[in-house]
Amino acid sequence: MNNNLKEQVLRSSQVNVLKCMRCGKCSGTCPSYDEMEYHPHQFVYMVEKGDIEKLMNSKSIYKCLTCFACVDRCPRSVQPAKVVEAVRLAAIRQQGNNHLIPDQIPSMLDEDLPQQAIVTAFRKYTK
Amino acid sequence: MTFSYYPGCTLKTKAKDLDKYARASAEVLGITLEEPAEWQCCGGAYTTAADEIATKLSSVRALNSAKELDRALVTVCSACHNVIKQTNYDITNNADMAMKVNNYLKLDQPYNGETTVYHYLEMLRDVVGFDKLAEKVVNPLKGKKIAAYYGCLLLRPSKALAMDDPENPTIMEDFIRAIGAEPVIYSQRNECCGGYITMEDKAQAAKRSSTVMNCAQENGADMVITACPLCLYNLKKNSDSELPVVYFTELLAEALGIKEQEEI
Repeated sequence: MNNNLKEQVLRSSQVNVLKCMRCGKCSGTCPSYDEMEYHPHQFVYMVEKGDIEKLMNSKSIYKCLTCFACVDRCPRSVQPAKVVEAVRLAAIRQQGNNHLIPDQIPSMLDEDLPQQAIVTAFRKYTK
Repeated sequence: MTFSYYPGCTLKTKAKDLDKYARASAEVLGITLEEPAEWQCCGGAYTTAADEIATKLSSVRALNSAKELDRALVTVCSACHNVIKQTNYDITNNADMAMKVNNYLKLDQPYNGETTVYHYLEMLRDVVGFDKLAEKVVNPLKGKKIAAYYGCLLLRPSKALAMDDPENPTIMEDFIRAIGAEPVIYSQRNECCGGYITMEDKAQAAKRSSTVMNCAQENGADMVITACPLCLYNLKKNSDSELPVVYFTELLAEALGIKEQEEI
């Protein structure tokens, strides 16, 4: 339980995690479900419990595609993607904790890869 | 009629077709798309966090440059549209964010969400009108069965994007009818292609993109259209389907009879 981190995530995401009724629709509709260790509904209740560090250290924070399916389909307007984003920011804002560095880019390129993919990855993975 | 036009980074490089057919077709429809003298990349993805300010500034600058010219701002890339539209929504509805943005930018007049943002498809629907567009079509794409791929960025979050019903959209299907073709409805049309995950997990992008393409094919599509360069890349390169994927603006130019002159 880390109250400082919990407060930061709640403030940054502006999400009221207490609205969640655990229906699991966010995880059911998530295109990255199979790739995640912790699923969108787990993000919501783990943040509620203050269990933030486990999430920050999980690869799951880099699997969210920001497709907003969980945001639009949540019957309680909890907006789980905003929680995932706030936890990811808490992780990558730490010094030396960028998930992507420019030196990695050349090996990822092919002749058709749009610039959009690169700028988006930097925005999601790097501070 | 003249609108400000935000092309974005990819339309200047890997997605030149999306851009050139958009501009040329708009001219035929009586609309000039004027690019601002200066603009910056939108960043590709909107940062939803309320304590992120710097990542939103390039969008605010684009929005404000249109406001100063008293024009609406037109986008065509789905990602640019999503980022700019969400920025505009939040600056309108979040006074704290608007204050921080304006304190930093020190514009002549503060920007508080005044600019109207149209995606090119919305411009066709709400400014030109699909009925008027149909009248301008000289080369109707008769007999073509076309699957519209919305992906996620055009529709969600629906409160901010406000383009169409996020679960049962019609704007691209109405566009397909206006250019004389037949739309194909399929369940994966508003599910994610995998997006930027192709950078570090090709297998996941392949799984998502193949699911979308196979669903379109099973429902009888001859081709898939999109407004997003990254969707086009994923659906073409990462899926196991041979179905053609093209930008919607290319078919628009073809229907308006100007595609060949643009190719020269």
